Amino acid sequence: MIPLSWYLIVAAILFCIGLYGVLARRNAIGILMGIELMLNAVNINLIAFWRYITPEVLTGQVFALFVITVAAAEASIGLALIISIFRNRETVIVEDVDMMKW
Amino acid sequence: MSVEQVVFLVLAVAAVGSAVGVVISRNIFYSALLLVACLFIVAGFYVLLEAPFLAAVQVLIYVGAIAVLIIFAIMLTERMMSKTVRGWNEQWWIALIVTVCLVAVMLYVVVTANWQVSDAATPSDAIVALGQTLLSTYVLPFEVASVILLMALIGAIIIAREEEPVGVVGEQKEEER
Repeated sequence: MIPLSWYLIVAAILFCIGLYGVLARRNAIGILMGIELMLNAVNINLIAFWRYITPEVLTGQVFALFVITVAAAEASIGLALIISIFRNRETVIVEDVDMMKW
Repeated sequence: MSVEQVVFLVLAVAAVGSAVGVVISRNIFYSALLLVACLFIVAGFYVLLEAPFLAAVQVLIYVGAIAVLIIFAIMLTERMMSKTVRGWNEQWWIALIVTVCLVAVMLYVVVTANWQVSDAATPSDAIVALGQTLLSTYVLPFEVASVILLMALIGAIIIAREEEPVGVVGEQKEEER
């Protein structure tokens, strides 16, 4: 049997790698990919907690399903925004899209 | 060390390696391909955790839909694939410090916490139970999720649609009058 903490460690590392991608990338698509990594790490946590702590109650799996659904919606809207910005401003570098910055 | 643990360690090393590749790769297209690999490996974790339905959903939605969407977006904005563009912003070292601190705190908590692990086995008909839970206890979030997907679909179409030239539409209206 694999200890629960192994899954949590892997998920924590994946989450922080994704966070670094979100914070440090300049390309908007790269930032979205970082967000996907973070959401996946959360899903690993949810399912690991379901399996090891409450295997009779399926709440963890249900929430993981909802996270996947919202991630799909977020990715489609985010990529549509990026394509729209690229069409208008010829860039996907987030630092160049600062017209709403004070 | 059991077979399961060896499989887990192999998957873990591959997952972390491909995730690092996603973040540090200069070419955004390689990042997308490594992201596909990473998502596949996460599906492997779900199989190890005895959640086969979630593994199938992961492969269908993440690998099948989201990854293809990301690759499409990269193709439509292909100028960014050039290697002269700097990959990281000026604050990358602050981001690195924050991330390393966060991972240290999280690992400390995970290792020292006393998890109340249950010995119960997973229900034999977990997929049936999952369907029943979705349509009884969580029926309202389930329906809201469908509305969210519809909104995302319409929103993505409207946002990404090519704008019609304004002048042409106005002239047509004037002719009609």
